[in-house]
Amino acid sequence: MLIRLSFLFRVLVTICGLGALWQAIVWITQSPPYILPGPVPVLEVIVTRMDFLLPHAIVTVTEILLGLLLGTILGVISAILIHQLRPARRWLFPLLVISQAIPVFAIAPILVLWLGYGIASKIAMATIIIYFPVTASFMDGLRHTESGWLELATTMVSDEQRQWSVLWHIRIPAALPALASGLRVAAAVAPIGAIVGEWVGASAGLGYVMLHANGRMQIDLMFAALMVLSLFAIMIYFTIDGLLRRALPWQANSAPTDTRT
Amino acid sequence: MANDKQDTTSNLGEPAPSIHVRNVRLRLGSTLLFEDFSIDVVAGGITCLLGLSGIGKSSLLKLIAGLGPSLQSGSVQADDGKPISDRVAYMDQRDLLLPWLNILDNVTLGARLRGVPQDRDSARDLLRNVGLAGREYDRPALLSGGMRQRAALARTLMENRPIVLMDEPFSALDALTRLQLQDLAGHSLKDRTVLLVTHDPFEAARLGHRVHVMAGQPAQIDSILTFSGTPPRDPVDTQITSYYQDIMRRLHQVNSRNTDEAEIC
Repeated sequence: MLIRLSFLFRVLVTICGLGALWQAIVWITQSPPYILPGPVPVLEVIVTRMDFLLPHAIVTVTEILLGLLLGTILGVISAILIHQLRPARRWLFPLLVISQAIPVFAIAPILVLWLGYGIASKIAMATIIIYFPVTASFMDGLRHTESGWLELATTMVSDEQRQWSVLWHIRIPAALPALASGLRVAAAVAPIGAIVGEWVGASAGLGYVMLHANGRMQIDLMFAALMVLSLFAIMIYFTIDGLLRRALPWQANSAPTDTRT
Repeated sequence: MANDKQDTTSNLGEPAPSIHVRNVRLRLGSTLLFEDFSIDVVAGGITCLLGLSGIGKSSLLKLIAGLGPSLQSGSVQADDGKPISDRVAYMDQRDLLLPWLNILDNVTLGARLRGVPQDRDSARDLLRNVGLAGREYDRPALLSGGMRQRAALARTLMENRPIVLMDEPFSALDALTRLQLQDLAGHSLKDRTVLLVTHDPFEAARLGHRVHVMAGQPAQIDSILTFSGTPPRDPVDTQITSYYQDIMRRLHQVNSRNTDEAEIC
């Protein structure tokens, strides 16, 4: 409970600090409201236009969450396949690198062309953008299993049974902390995919609102959408982080205890 | 049936074999660890292996367990001619408990990996025997180093294998815990073929039917001592004192010979 309170306190201080900095920049640069509106008018817009912003926020959050889910499933399956099947390793790994080498921004128009203006193309964007961090981190975890555990398992189980049973009972659980750090990165970058997708072509979502408001010089609305987006992105990150912590309570000491030290 | 379950410690289906390592050559990187190396591990008894660090004691254990790099020449065989590696239980100086499993699940890891039903009652009995009753559902992180090593011993015994290979299993424990675990191991490893690597001459004097001292590079068995009486021997027994002195004398000889060689070079 104490930890939770001190966490909340830190979040509040950070938010107030950033708000103050924002206000200070407005005052110092004497920016007109159509270039940089202050935090107070933006907050006003958030409150007064909540009924307009919230449905769009729900669309964007849905895209982010479904993208996260899909990217995680694909990433986990690819990592296991790449790790476990030698021929697959040779074929899939270059694909993995290519998926990261092509900028997601460059394929956004194609995805919209193929999957339409709805949420499918945005989910695809978010999926693609998180696929690499998830796969790479999980693969790394699968590869670096403590050798002592593997040796112990070798003495316990016969050769023909070993590969999959050791994978399931030792390698995968041992790699979960590595997967978790990949998922944290994924939670932080997934919103980028969704927003870029909305910029390229959409009829709903916070990215669409921002683009639209920008075109009509409704800069305060644009900033309001941006703030709502950050708020949801932060909430998604901390929710996932919290769930991962709860799911992997041994993570802090995942290395075997070396009693010599 | 209930009786069978309780007595997992001496419920071996077959007599434990002796193990014969013959004329083995093993190179690790640029070091020639073994050249024409041979050792006999007596059937149904505890063989202790002493020697300087880095001489290849752990490599020898892994070789017998079928863990190490493949042999360049020589052979590792049991006297009954059957394969060794699927009859081995292995205990490391690190507990190697899986942090995401509780103690009971760690003890039954072998059955879990083999995909056979876990005999959780026997596992509970073993945990009680090693003094961990009540800690079955704790994660390893909640246990002290000594307790974790007890759990590792229970996991080793749970495998109920005729051959047990132990790599300095008690070296990291405090003196009192070490004595307790030596007692436990001495009793529960009865009639099994045990090869115990240790740095502690006193441990060898307590537990060994035979004590081998390894020396040189590439390593050879320098001397073999045979002790009478049933392990675990009483730590305050006078017999143990004389065994201890025997071992120390051999270690000292080996050590001074090494120093001489170094000086000649």
